Amino acid sequence: MVQLTLPKNSRITTGKTWPKPEGATNIRKFQIYRWNPDDGQNPRVDTYFIDMDKCGPMVLDALIKIKNEIDPTLTFRRSCREGICGSCAMNIDGINTLACIYGLDEIKGDVKIYPLPHMEVVKDLIPDLTLFYAQHASIMPWLETKTNRPAKEWKQSIEDRKKLDGLYECVMCASCSTACPSYWWNSDRYLGPAALLHAYRWIIDSRDEATGERLDDLEDPFKLYRCHTIMNCAKTCPKGLNPAKAIAEIKKMMVERTI
Amino acid sequence: MAGATKSNRPLSPHLTIYRPQLTSITSILTRITGNALLVGSLLIVWWFLAAATSPEYFELADAVITSLIGDLIMAASVWALWYHLLAGVRHLIWDNAVGLDIPTAYKLGYAVIAGSFILTAVTLFAIQ
Repeated sequence: MVQLTLPKNSRITTGKTWPKPEGATNIRKFQIYRWNPDDGQNPRVDTYFIDMDKCGPMVLDALIKIKNEIDPTLTFRRSCREGICGSCAMNIDGINTLACIYGLDEIKGDVKIYPLPHMEVVKDLIPDLTLFYAQHASIMPWLETKTNRPAKEWKQSIEDRKKLDGLYECVMCASCSTACPSYWWNSDRYLGPAALLHAYRWIIDSRDEATGERLDDLEDPFKLYRCHTIMNCAKTCPKGLNPAKAIAEIKKMMVERTI
Repeated sequence: MAGATKSNRPLSPHLTIYRPQLTSITSILTRITGNALLVGSLLIVWWFLAAATSPEYFELADAVITSLIGDLIMAASVWALWYHLLAGVRHLIWDNAVGLDIPTAYKLGYAVIAGSFILTAVTLFAIQ
């Protein structure tokens, strides 16, 4: 259901302002969402100041610098620092992206960082992705076959393999799904752009033999059709993929198979 | 899984922190104009009903609808109608799974906004 305002326990309060670095001339202000599950308080936004002459170029560099030098309690996920693991997805400067590949020079003014939108917060910038992963699992993200297993591998022509480009690159960072207003209001029943992009990736795989079942499973007023082509997903994808197009292709296949 | 949760975990902020995008704004405007047109058409129905009821009642309804506020509502409805129509055409294009790449989607978005204002101006000029 659409609930435009945040529940009471989620309203954001003003947090702590941490001291400015001494002797620095190139200072930048960072406003970061904080929530501690152990202190019983509402979420708050803390303000940090960083000496940009001693900071790496990416948002993740700044976060790590804060954690190392100012406030070790700041909590966030990160791993590969090169946009391939999808761990450090968060809302930066109003859009969802990966902190490790988003340059600080791409942001005008103060840097505002929140967790991925409309998600349960585990701590600080860490959202609970349990439902997101369950939705991915529900679309059967694997090759379904009925014919006998070939002696070697399941073969695919170069042209058929090309159809998977722009789909297989998804790293499941959840930026797209949590950018989608439809997903915000209906994540309990709408699968969201990421899961649907993966669904399409298997639907058009020439080796897959469960296309009909996959489409049957998505033939539902909510699972697929809550997509209203708002396109926040495609706009925000840090990998430049286009879930909106994948969803439109599925909708088109739904129509084509009935005529 | 918004709101009601087992734990005391907060819900992260959404509408208030997400930067509006051209595509999201044109999308919500489609919905708003659609609903506003429903209300506007009720006004027209009321106008017709009044005409069928009595000359005195029609005089009242006509006075309201042709008042300055009535004119503004009708002019806005003309814009809403054009906007909703053009946005609908854009959806028809998208339903063929074309025009969904971001540059094209943005061009279509600007075209819908510009087109709605141009066609509104033309319509208002034509019925003067």
